[in-house]
Amino acid sequence: MIRFEGVRVRYGAVEAVRGVDFEAPAGRLTALVGPNGSGKSSCVRALLARDATAGGDVWLGTTRVASLAERARARCVAVVPQRETPAFPMPVREFVALGRFPWDDAAPVTARHVDAALDRAGALSVADRSTDAVSGGEWQRVRMARALAQDTPAIVLDEPTAFLDIAHEMAAFELLRALADEGRAVLVVTHQLNLVARFADTVVLLHDGRVAASGTPDVVMTGPTLERVYGWPIVVSRDPAVGAPMLIPLRSSRTPTSG
Amino acid sequence: MSLSRWLALGAALLLAIALAVSVGTVTVPLREVFSVFTDDASPLAEQVVWQLRLPRAVLAACVGAGLGLAGAALQGALRNALAEPYLLGVSGGAAVGGVVAYAVGLTALGLLPVAAFLGALAAVSVVVAIARVAGGRADARLLVMSGVVVGAGANAAVMVALANVPPDRARGALWWMMGSAADATWPQVGWLVVYLVPTMLWLWRDGRTLDVLALGDEPAAALGADVASASRRVFLLASLVAAATVAAAGLVGFVGLVVPHLSRSLGARVHRVLLPASALVGATVVVLADIIARTVASPADIPLGAVTALVGVPFFLLRIRRVTT
Repeated sequence: MIRFEGVRVRYGAVEAVRGVDFEAPAGRLTALVGPNGSGKSSCVRALLARDATAGGDVWLGTTRVASLAERARARCVAVVPQRETPAFPMPVREFVALGRFPWDDAAPVTARHVDAALDRAGALSVADRSTDAVSGGEWQRVRMARALAQDTPAIVLDEPTAFLDIAHEMAAFELLRALADEGRAVLVVTHQLNLVARFADTVVLLHDGRVAASGTPDVVMTGPTLERVYGWPIVVSRDPAVGAPMLIPLRSSRTPTSG
Repeated sequence: MSLSRWLALGAALLLAIALAVSVGTVTVPLREVFSVFTDDASPLAEQVVWQLRLPRAVLAACVGAGLGLAGAALQGALRNALAEPYLLGVSGGAAVGGVVAYAVGLTALGLLPVAAFLGALAAVSVVVAIARVAGGRADARLLVMSGVVVGAGANAAVMVALANVPPDRARGALWWMMGSAADATWPQVGWLVVYLVPTMLWLWRDGRTLDVLALGDEPAAALGADVASASRRVFLLASLVAAATVAAAGLVGFVGLVVPHLSRSLGARVHRVLLPASALVGATVVVLADIIARTVASPADIPLGAVTALVGVPFFLLRIRRVTT
């Protein structure tokens, strides 16, 4: 379980996250959504203790993240950051094997372990390539494979479906759903609100560094709430197949009222 | 990298050393080179091989191995294809130490390597201290920036010192700065090996950490690396390796920059492989460069550092072309 408790993140004079409370329980798929600049990625960075949080704590189960050594943390939670460009290309299999880095002193990396992770992330077809010879979508899946190889009870992905086509986007969310159903705590940062509505158990909607709404997709994804947060007219309909909320942003001549 | 490629790299180094021992003003046929080890060589051959050429070749190999490995480690830790020990203050600090040694006459006491080493150490300490003070978590860019700045400051200090050194000593200092393995002796080689082997092994142990660091700050942190302290440790160890090579043979430029790229293009893609491969390739390159340095204008030497740069520049230009096309 990942829990954010009054987390604040400040970059100089700018306060990007202003007291955020929510949790991503084990066995559930939790989606962290919100407009650009609402503080989603800053929350992920707070989890990695990359910036000294200006206040509050992130908890993994009953342990404060700040009290964990780097490796111990990486054995509890796998994080796929939003962006990643290796300085030098390396073979995809070696890249995925780095998911075992936090476990180095324990079990040795097996080729089977790596291939199983690649297969599950739908990236086995590029296993023999180099990291500079894969497409944007393949790269996303290879990075997800590395997080799977890390084999942690909690997993956090920051926009894992950027650059993915519809089929791979669906496959990625099916995978996240399956990981949650296995009992892992899965937290995904994404802009794909319609997929969130269909797959997520809980939605946490951020706005200006605060939680604007949280709960099941049905509760959070209402026209007035989304319209207020995104500053754009949105109609919420129903997905005929599964009954989940379905968002249709309207065409409008007016400009967005807030970013 | 396949076993056959490792064997080829090892064979290339041995061949380069054999060639270095054989070629020169007095040619010692390869057959006779090996007879030195079995005690039935001519006294002249024995003298030339044992006392002059073999220590020089082994010293060149050690210097190349150290620079190649240090360059590979720095490029990975700092995620920068242009990183090399000389860019980051080591050469500047060593040069200051060396020139000061010439200026105050320490060279007569054989203390030049000590002065150069201390100079390099001082510069590296300043770089790490600046990076540490400037950002709570010394990020790779800070190390690069403070390294470049300290290097520039050191160069200015060298110019000031040189301007105030008597001309004969200034010439000696200039020659030393251009790098040379000419004065190699067995004790010197021994010291270098004793110092380099454990430091290089220590860096190699960090091979997987280097793979992780090369992914970038955030992914490295996500995988459980202590990014700030690991980058600093690698920077310090690599600088210590480079400082020892500078103390032994002066400034031999471009090896730390070019050799890791060359090794990567030979298929060494992860640091546990890249580091030893860069050591082997670096050793071979510097041994070959030293052959050129002492035969092109024979019986005079041309500076070893000039040869490595002359060979390195076109190689790097070719790489750039391959990257941009």
